[in-house]
Amino acid sequence: MVKQESESTNRPDNTAFTQQRLPAWQPILSAGIVIPGFVLIGLAFIGIGVALLVTSRSIQVLELDYTGDSNGSPCSSCSQSVIANCKCSLNFTLTTLFQGPVFFYYGLSNYFQNYRRYGASKDDNQLYGDLSYFTSPSSSCSPYDYDSSKKPIVPCGSIANSMFNDTFTLTWTVNGTTNNVPLDGKGIAWWTDYNIKYRNPSVTPLKNAFNGTVKPINWAKPAYELDASDPSNNGFVNQDFLVWMRRAALPNFRKLYRRIDASGDYQKGLPAGNYTIDITYNYPVRAFNGAKKIVFSNVSWMGGSNEFLGIAYLVIGSLCVVMSVVMLIVYAKFKFPDEE
Amino acid sequence: MGSVVSRFNRVRGKGKSEEERRLRANDRSFNLSHGYANNAIRTSKYSIFTFLPLNLFEQFRRLANAYFLFLLILQLIPQISSLSWFTTAVPLVFVLSISAVKDANDDINRHKCDRQVNNRKVDVLMDGQLKNEKWMNVQVGDIVKLENNEFVTADLLLLSSSEPLNLVYVETAELDGETNLKVKQALTATGELEDNIEALAAFNGEVRCEPPNNRLDKFKGTLTMNDDIYALDNDKMLLRGCTLRNTEWCFGLVIFGGPDTKLMQNSGKSVFKRTSIDHLMNILVLCIFGFLGFMCAIMAILNAFWEASEGSLFTVFLPREAGIDAHLSSFLTFWSYVIVLNTVVPISLYVSMEVIRLGNSFFINWDRKMYYPKNDTPAQARTTTLSEELGQIKYIFSDKTGTLTQNIMTFNKCSINGKTYGDLYDFSGQRVEITERTERVDFSWNNLADPKFSFHDHSLVEMVRSGNPENQEFFRLLSLCHTVMPEEKKEGELNYQAQSPDEGALVTAARNFGFVFRSRTPETITVIEMGKQVIYELLAVLDFNNVRKRMSVIVRGPEGKLTLYCKGADTIILERLDPSCNKLMKLTTNHLNEYAGDGLRTLALAYKDLDESYMKDWTQRHHEASIAMEEREEKLDELYEEIEKDMMLLGATAVEDKLQDGVPQTIEQLAKADIKIWVLTGDKQETAENIGYSCNMLREEMKDVFFVSANTAEGVKEELLNARRKMCPKAAEEPSVTTSRGGLFWVEKMETVQDEKVDGEYGLIINGHSLAFALEKNLRLELLRTACMCQTVICCRVTPLQKAQVVQLVKKYKQAVTLAIGDGANDVSMIKAAHIGVGISGQEGMQAVLSSDFSFAQFRYLQRLLLVHGRWSYIRMCKFLGYFFYKNFTFTLMHFWYAFFCGFSAQTVYDEWFITFYNTIYTALPVLGLSLFEQDVNDRWSLQHPQLYTPGQKNQYFNKKAFVRCVMHSCYSSLILFFIPWASMHDTVRDDGKDIADYQSFALLAQTCLLIVVFAQLFLDTYYWTAINQLFVWASIAVYFAITFTMYSSGMFLIFTSAFPFTGTARNSLNQPNVWLTIFLSSLLCVLPVVAFRFILIQLRPTINDEVRAKARKEALPAPAPRRTLKKRITRRSGYAFSHSQGYGALVMSQKFLLKGHMRRLALFDHRDSPMVQNQPQHYRTITEESESQSP
Repeated sequence: MVKQESESTNRPDNTAFTQQRLPAWQPILSAGIVIPGFVLIGLAFIGIGVALLVTSRSIQVLELDYTGDSNGSPCSSCSQSVIANCKCSLNFTLTTLFQGPVFFYYGLSNYFQNYRRYGASKDDNQLYGDLSYFTSPSSSCSPYDYDSSKKPIVPCGSIANSMFNDTFTLTWTVNGTTNNVPLDGKGIAWWTDYNIKYRNPSVTPLKNAFNGTVKPINWAKPAYELDASDPSNNGFVNQDFLVWMRRAALPNFRKLYRRIDASGDYQKGLPAGNYTIDITYNYPVRAFNGAKKIVFSNVSWMGGSNEFLGIAYLVIGSLCVVMSVVMLIVYAKFKFPDEE
Repeated sequence: MGSVVSRFNRVRGKGKSEEERRLRANDRSFNLSHGYANNAIRTSKYSIFTFLPLNLFEQFRRLANAYFLFLLILQLIPQISSLSWFTTAVPLVFVLSISAVKDANDDINRHKCDRQVNNRKVDVLMDGQLKNEKWMNVQVGDIVKLENNEFVTADLLLLSSSEPLNLVYVETAELDGETNLKVKQALTATGELEDNIEALAAFNGEVRCEPPNNRLDKFKGTLTMNDDIYALDNDKMLLRGCTLRNTEWCFGLVIFGGPDTKLMQNSGKSVFKRTSIDHLMNILVLCIFGFLGFMCAIMAILNAFWEASEGSLFTVFLPREAGIDAHLSSFLTFWSYVIVLNTVVPISLYVSMEVIRLGNSFFINWDRKMYYPKNDTPAQARTTTLSEELGQIKYIFSDKTGTLTQNIMTFNKCSINGKTYGDLYDFSGQRVEITERTERVDFSWNNLADPKFSFHDHSLVEMVRSGNPENQEFFRLLSLCHTVMPEEKKEGELNYQAQSPDEGALVTAARNFGFVFRSRTPETITVIEMGKQVIYELLAVLDFNNVRKRMSVIVRGPEGKLTLYCKGADTIILERLDPSCNKLMKLTTNHLNEYAGDGLRTLALAYKDLDESYMKDWTQRHHEASIAMEEREEKLDELYEEIEKDMMLLGATAVEDKLQDGVPQTIEQLAKADIKIWVLTGDKQETAENIGYSCNMLREEMKDVFFVSANTAEGVKEELLNARRKMCPKAAEEPSVTTSRGGLFWVEKMETVQDEKVDGEYGLIINGHSLAFALEKNLRLELLRTACMCQTVICCRVTPLQKAQVVQLVKKYKQAVTLAIGDGANDVSMIKAAHIGVGISGQEGMQAVLSSDFSFAQFRYLQRLLLVHGRWSYIRMCKFLGYFFYKNFTFTLMHFWYAFFCGFSAQTVYDEWFITFYNTIYTALPVLGLSLFEQDVNDRWSLQHPQLYTPGQKNQYFNKKAFVRCVMHSCYSSLILFFIPWASMHDTVRDDGKDIADYQSFALLAQTCLLIVVFAQLFLDTYYWTAINQLFVWASIAVYFAITFTMYSSGMFLIFTSAFPFTGTARNSLNQPNVWLTIFLSSLLCVLPVVAFRFILIQLRPTINDEVRAKARKEALPAPAPRRTLKKRITRRSGYAFSHSQGYGALVMSQKFLLKGHMRRLALFDHRDSPMVQNQPQHYRTITEESESQSP
């Protein structure tokens, strides 16, 4: 090459970047990587799948529907009446120990908490205890922002208004004696919801903060009376309220109601015996073909019972192995690229 | 201030167009009253104040931007706003500001350029004295003084000059690209003003002329001076953009200033070129709009059903808003889904495409292998929006002179008296290839020799020096028979000004061999013959023209001997020889054939002794004929014919029209890449044919080369038909034209002439006259059909307009991507017409480069531009598009599936902030990394396997089919991505029994899965992982988690209460093993089928890319291409070619020409025109050699 460095002011820089010679890793889908890769992934998936399935199978779940659609069911009368606090009860028997810790859920189906307008219908500032939003709730709460007499609703919006208001008590009958099973309602909501997102206004007594506001239309009592006995579980930081406000992603969902307090007889879970759930039936779901249920469940390291993941891993793992065989055959037949 | 006034006036004047220009010299107030533009130019678009509104307006004229503005407005309507306003506003502002920054930068450069030009200084005559003024302050009607080598300030009427006859010489390279000097002459009446300042200041001539226009070769006007009216034409005009040469000074009157000058009028708006990908993109975007509308309609209908069956029952908990019933609700749902699903039309698509193209343009600018060190010229991508089209070229239209050739002639061989000189033989008698290192003949004995001349055959010098009479006569002829002008600035430093480079080469050869043409007057020629000064009396010049194909001079030697020396085309000369030299003729003919076979340009030389009395008679008749009023030409021709016969043959010369380095190899490479090359040249048929052979486009192996040169439409048709029938006897008479519809809304009708298969290779050479007929409506399809059957097409003698027509013909009926490459102003039209125009830079003319899209210094860089950069750009763009659509469709379709679970309520699957950042932050850089650095194989492999280029021509990597595949793939991925999380989350809880199937956790899970799958897909698509790619991907993943955790942190909620409602979601769900197992599962389920599919596809149907990649993996570097030696050709044909047009014979003989100061300077041409100056030793390298030597 002619060397004319002196006048080469326009000569481009000779760097790997400008000359597009950057060192690079150039992976290629070669048989040596793809086929063993599929085998390995397949085997790993089968392993994970088995583990997941075993874990999932070990979880005990008990589901009891109490909607009362059919005439024979215990709550059918309540489901048809419009009386508030209608009582009905549900019996079930455990033949063996229900391994603890046991969680007590209520479940709703065909319930669209994920409907866009429903989900937007709340006021985060109000729920954060900002008093200025008590008097003028966000318009997103409409039509539950003001009542008919133009008084602001606190907490406003559809979500709060539609809060689940059935209550349950659980009794255990063994040897003729009936014991109330202790239920623990503390810490059933997310820590961040309880400590960060939701706050009561710092006014004592709490009731005063709500002056000039009205309770949500569907509520029996105002927010400051949700749990009058425990100030740390009252108002916006009431655990049941928090659980409800964390809206579900899908139309069929369950929400944590209580934990079985692991003390005394219940240290290991729910012992065998006959149980009765007394239900205060308030929540109407039949209008929209919904269903209500009670779920008892324990958990494992991978959360609640879900067989899907285990099965999926197993199926896909096997498919991978099958696929690797297919690819091996194809490769053996065509041999591209000709290696050695 | 002046410019403000003039702009105001221009604005005012726009209403009524100027019909006639009237101006008076030295009368500013009169001229100002017409409001003509002054000499300030403005090419910039914006000023500081107008930038924002104008630029925004420009940007919103783009469909995509307007669409997003529309979306933004939709989002502000609370009833349908399914997304917060910022999800569209943030990306839109981001996109707009990137474009704005780019526009601002461009405009600042234009401002700088304007300022530099406007601030040039010139002497203006004001108030009776010359003042140095800025260009922008020059007004119409001012008189300016120009000095040698200065740029012409504005369009001037030449008044007077320092040269005799009021001549000035100008170089018009910047205007029309022609490098030879042009002569302009002032009116005698104004010429008398000379440089008398007082007279000039008193000059009050009034000019009436045509309004500003863009015709460079026409000017019409009158000058009224002291009641006399003079006609003005183009010969008296100095146009802006020219440079004054060889003229000490001149005065001119400003006629057109600034924007009105012909230069600026010509520079007008250049056509905005769009690539075929752009067109495809427009169609796809429309399809996507349709698809979007379709999806939204489905959603609206399903919403109506849902409202009827579920929603109306659900009103207990979710009452409808006042005044909205089920029907209205479904209508609103439509618009809500338009907002939610808007991301199928990716907002950052256009801006990303711009960035990619810009990046690829920079890589072209930076490429050292396209940098030409000799004149320090790097390659330049002047249009940054076309890079991927370089990978799809199907037809190349090339100029010849200056593009394929260097426009340098070298005297290579000669045949004297039946003996050939110029070849070197080794001891065994084998011909030796002449290279750089071959020893050159020493001419130091001749102190007038041109040091740059090189010759390798010593025997010729020995023969001449030994006094061989034939050899001496041979060079004497070369030193006498020409129209070259000598220039001797210093004693012994001769420079020749030749009209054609062939002539320059021949005279220089004679000079070095001891017959130095030293000077000429109209009557004499002074030659230094072997050191002795000899003066010949020049009696007549029988000038060259295209019919005669020869030129002769008649001289009287010092001893009084009368001789006619003649040189010309072999076919012509050999006919006119004395029968006595039959034997010599045979030998010489053999030599001529040999030279022709080597692709050299040949001339035969002959002489004839004349006797005094005949000459006297002939001179008398010649004089009569030359003043005859009728049939002067014919009479002269007759006389010439009469005297130029029975000549004695001296020999023949062979001049090499030097090809640029690597031209044959480049053409071969491009042919292998299935690119067709058509040469369109203004040269004559012989020259063009000659070059066709020497650069390997026409080959001996070709079955036939057809010539179309008829002068009637029927004749042309006949010739075309014959050629076609010969090539393809079975073909149907009518061309098979497929008509299809395309373009936006399928309104464009497209006709495509199908390619037809032909056995063997053919060549076609078509003449300019014939081309004119062939381009007529009824013949052009026939032309196209025949031409496309041929491997090589050469069009000679074509006008610039025809060049453009040919390009357009192919563009229109072949639907193929075309590239035009040229260096001169005559190529501008085709450069502008083709999809891609390439200018050869580093030459003097700038017009071609200025209107080109890409420019570089050597033709051979074209292969790198296309086969490496073009191919990469195309691959990158296609990968980018495929991936980008995949990424956005997958992202968007998730909303669609979710709709079935949320009552078609336009609920988004993801957090709004994720939607905002997805395209702009999370995935922007990895995609750019892919589309800037991707290479399937490196440059050497790309050049080694030109076949890799063909998928681009066939549009294989990204087309409608690929788009549909991409959408299907997205459907699959989005189904997996939605339903796997759905199935694994719908009924589960955290490991502490708390809720995890809530909306926010689900959103987080879905978006994390999506992002990981999208990156995994990127991983599969990227073949070339540089550190930057790795950095981009890992950094983007890190940034995603960092931003997510930050946005979902308690702190953010405490600061901005309602802006980030997802508080705690990340830490509450991403610590769950089943969440990660779900992410893992869905990612692999998306990726594995793709891997398996691609693997099997490679096994079953490996593409050329797969093969080369596999090969590149095994061998580190491609094997160097074997060096090929030039094959000897044997076919008989004439090698005559001479780039000479009707010459300066008359001027040379003109008495007037040397009227004044003939001792001073005799420069008709600026010395830089001399090809000899440029005749530096050239390296001849093969391409592989070069790439090796440049590797580190």
